[in-house]
Amino acid sequence: MKTLATDLVPVLLTLRLALVSTTILLFIGTPLAWWLARTRSILRLPVESVVALPLVLPPTVLGFYLLLALAPAGPIGRVWRAAGGGSLAFSFSGLVIGSVLYSLPFVVQPLQNAFEAIGERPLWVAATLGAGPVDRFFTVALPLARRGLVTALTLAFAHTVGEFGVVLMIGGNIPGKTRVLSISIYDHVEALEYTRAHILSAGLVLFSFAVLFIVHLNNRRLQAQGP
Amino acid sequence: MSGIDASLVLRRGDFLLEASFRTPATGVTALLGPSGCGKSTLLNCIAGLQPAEHGRLEVNGEFWQDSGRHIFVPPHRRRVGYVFQDPGLLGHLDVRGNLEYGMRRAGRPQKPGAFARTVESVGIGPLLDRRVQGLSGGERSRVAIARALLRDPVMLLMDEPLSALDARSRSQLLPFLEHLRAELQIPVLYVSHAIDEVARLADHLVSLEPGKVVAHGALRDMLTRLDLPISHSDEAAAILDGVVTGYDEKFQLAQLAFAGGQLAVPQPRMPEGTAVRVRILARDVSLSLEHHRNTSILNIFPVRVLEISEDRAAQATVRLEASGTILLARVTRRSLSLLALEPGSEVFAQIKSVALLR
Repeated sequence: MKTLATDLVPVLLTLRLALVSTTILLFIGTPLAWWLARTRSILRLPVESVVALPLVLPPTVLGFYLLLALAPAGPIGRVWRAAGGGSLAFSFSGLVIGSVLYSLPFVVQPLQNAFEAIGERPLWVAATLGAGPVDRFFTVALPLARRGLVTALTLAFAHTVGEFGVVLMIGGNIPGKTRVLSISIYDHVEALEYTRAHILSAGLVLFSFAVLFIVHLNNRRLQAQGP
Repeated sequence: MSGIDASLVLRRGDFLLEASFRTPATGVTALLGPSGCGKSTLLNCIAGLQPAEHGRLEVNGEFWQDSGRHIFVPPHRRRVGYVFQDPGLLGHLDVRGNLEYGMRRAGRPQKPGAFARTVESVGIGPLLDRRVQGLSGGERSRVAIARALLRDPVMLLMDEPLSALDARSRSQLLPFLEHLRAELQIPVLYVSHAIDEVARLADHLVSLEPGKVVAHGALRDMLTRLDLPISHSDEAAAILDGVVTGYDEKFQLAQLAFAGGQLAVPQPRMPEGTAVRVRILARDVSLSLEHHRNTSILNIFPVRVLEISEDRAAQATVRLEASGTILLARVTRRSLSLLALEPGSEVFAQIKSVALLR
């Protein structure tokens, strides 16, 4: 029973990390996706490419550069410490920064697609009915893109739960602080504790299946309701 | 000044539109032209959705755009009611939600009962709790019109509201638009490429060709100007506004008085004093040197030839005046030569048929 209790710690830590990261992604990813969907700036393509980088880079590469940036002497680490923060590398805050960057394309891409699919017309309609730009965003764009929003946030949450490489690079393996679910599984396998690895792995498989099932069910339901 | 005074230049890629025109403070002004000539773009520009590159737009004495003075009023502060072509209902709201969206943002308190009255007059009471996806084309148009009116606008913009409808919905909506036209106290800009719709609804006409406004003025004058393309089309016609002065019960004929004389029109009974508009197609008017007595044609009156345009291979369009009223006649060039017609000739116009528009 004691082993199960110790395995609960990484599970709870993982959920906390996913929740915090997803919340931050909601506030960073939504305006970014809106901007990408609407802008004609020459910056659009470079920004789109940067956002998509985590999709193709090995997590170790992203983790390596993040480690350098978050280190006490690194650019982000220095600013963080000047602002009164502690060490970022090998800390929960560092993990959050890493997760946000790593999951950014999973939020931005579905949302950007959803915003683009709305088209100009409903926003024009709202404008002629007296709605200013912010009003139009919240009362027309977001409701019409809600399917994309739900997909984006669910994917970001699930993706953060399953993350391994970046976490290992910048978080290490500190119990209760940075040892998340995927790393616990790795440790169990290394230690030949296959039963415990099984419990966590099967749990993750079931969780991921449930998330994807809910996303698809949600899409189907909203589709039936119409745009 | 009241009404619209516009002088706008728009550029979209290769497309350039130069539009200068004025419209009166009330009544329907039709923007008429072939598709792709920039009619919708012009409407969007007046609504502020596609800003003109430079120019001036004054509505009821208020500047909405004046590039010289860096004035640009954003679309949500322009107080226009815009009925889009498709017609742009918001899909995430039900009918009531669509109506209230603009009403809540109207900026000044609505007169009490405005909602109920508008819903009633547009005839969408039973639809209020319906989702917009389930509405028919005609119902959508009505909801869009009610939504635009409840915004309490200073001007109504309509982009081909009938073009997306089937013949049946169209024949139901057109009388409604005529009714609306009579009730409204604000100017209406009505985009169309259908001359018959324009002839029924409009009082004023802005004629567009790709990229520019060719001419603008009162509908009656514009339709009969031989320097404009409309007078050369198959539907070339004159519009006459008159009143019913009598009714012949025996032959079921209404007697109409207009500036140039009297017309007898086959009609069910109409009360005396009713204001009517009739259309006389150029191809239904023939010319004769004498006043034939023994003919089946009811309406014959003396006219003077003002102008002749030999605009077709075999035919010509003749502009005529009957004591202040302008008519068009389409005759063959052979007849033109046989009758020796020229500006100033005094002849008789024989009108084969008259269509009552409203």
